[in-house]
Amino acid sequence: MHGGVPTWRLPENRAKASECRRQSGTWETGGIAMDSGNTAWILTSTALVLFMTLPGLALFYAGLVQARNVLSVLMHCMGIACAMSLVWFAAGYSLAFTDGNGWIGGLSKLMLAGIGRDSVVESAGIPETLFVMFQMTFAIITPALIVGAFVERIRFGAVMLFSILWLVIVYVPVTHWVWGGGWLAEMGVMDFAGGIVVHATAGMSALVIAWMLGARRGFPDSVHPPHAPWMVMVGAAMLWVGWFGFNAGSALAAGGDAAMAMIATHLSAATASLVWVVIERIRFGRPSLIGLVTGTIAGLATVTPASGFIGPSGGVILGLIGGVLCYFAVDFVKRALRIDDSLDVMAVHGVGGITGTLLTGFLASAYFGGVGLADGQTAAGQFQVQLIGVAVTVIWSAVATWALVKIITPIVGFRVSNQAELEGLDLAEHGEAGYRFQP
Amino acid sequence: MKFIIAILQPHRLDDVREALGEINVHGLTVSEVRGYGRQRGHTEIYRGAEYKINYVPKIKIELAVDDGVADDAVAAITRAARTGKIGDGKIFVLELGEAQRIRTGETGPDAL
Repeated sequence: MHGGVPTWRLPENRAKASECRRQSGTWETGGIAMDSGNTAWILTSTALVLFMTLPGLALFYAGLVQARNVLSVLMHCMGIACAMSLVWFAAGYSLAFTDGNGWIGGLSKLMLAGIGRDSVVESAGIPETLFVMFQMTFAIITPALIVGAFVERIRFGAVMLFSILWLVIVYVPVTHWVWGGGWLAEMGVMDFAGGIVVHATAGMSALVIAWMLGARRGFPDSVHPPHAPWMVMVGAAMLWVGWFGFNAGSALAAGGDAAMAMIATHLSAATASLVWVVIERIRFGRPSLIGLVTGTIAGLATVTPASGFIGPSGGVILGLIGGVLCYFAVDFVKRALRIDDSLDVMAVHGVGGITGTLLTGFLASAYFGGVGLADGQTAAGQFQVQLIGVAVTVIWSAVATWALVKIITPIVGFRVSNQAELEGLDLAEHGEAGYRFQP
Repeated sequence: MKFIIAILQPHRLDDVREALGEINVHGLTVSEVRGYGRQRGHTEIYRGAEYKINYVPKIKIELAVDDGVADDAVAAITRAARTGKIGDGKIFVLELGEAQRIRTGETGPDAL
């Protein structure tokens, strides 16, 4: 009954979800078995993924900006979470996950029409309401990731309008291509939890919007340092924990795939964190907290597309490679390209997610403890598919972001005035103060 | 009467207070301040980028003492605050024209 829904998250090699279902607790609805174990895990995962944005990502980003802009960043994340929820309800889910053509889904489930208590995602044995909600939390965090590119200088209205349009124009179609039975799914692209759908789209769009918005005053030599590194660590730690829901939840079943995804995810995060502090220790003599937790996020982003296809050693390898590449990508974007992608969305999320996507085909091989490739597919052939997926997604993200900025600027404005930037967005845009030390 | 303003390394504050207590100077006002002198500031590195911290966190203490105690107080502060490294701070001594205790209305040295 569900067109496209879960052929996506994965292919051939998993009839496992239905196997699990027969073994554990089930209940019947309309003659179709629902699996209480799977349902319980995806309910939990949904909460974990929302927790990644609220407050995980919000704190991660808020600690990295100046004290005078802390509230504006929290506002961006919270505002995006609310708006994306309604967009997902109104049209996003239908356009991403119902039958349409290879490029975009259909309109049959606008406003979640026809989805009730008895609607089931058959391949997973979970309620469709739960699937809608689980996917909604992904649709929330992806545009929220882009916030890191434009902090400290953008108008709040621009954030909201851009994010709403971006979700419909970039996120929803790409989700359909990869997970909703679209053309990339047909080609056999492997993206377990969002290397293409989440990190490549957000990373590339972040780079373009940062470039169009222009750098913060004083970039790159005299911008102000992060105001609360401890807050960055707290947010990163929440992201790490929440990422278990993101990756292990993407198995859509409470079983071995989820558990293996969790191990791979965890090991990649741990490895990349250490990679960053080792590089910092060699380069600057002192390992920093912000460096360590940025490595954590790089490792998590890198392992995301591969997480359910690989074994534990694949997680360590991705952590090593992703950690090193993301580290030097930060310098590359800010020094070589001279683009003020302020909180390194492209360098950490984009480069991490793309790296993981491109390596998934290799690390999924049984040699590394992975699930193997589809019958008749070779690692080189899979790499080609992955490369096409990344390339088309990145190009579409860049072009669409450029066009959206052109559209929204005359409507709601884009960059704040010099005066507002100096004063801080908390006061200028929101009329509030983040810290009040005097009575 | 003398008014003493001293700029200190934050971690020397407790020792300074103790040293002043030993010579029976009780009562001072503390502020967290930022500034620079010959120390100029330092750099911090986040995600590979160096940030110049031009204004270094310091502690400012202010106290009023009778003329006979001023030299001892300055000596006590110096002794307790000195680490020998650049950035130890400075002491300024000003003539104090008048003082009054708000609760009792006492004036002059009695008010200190």
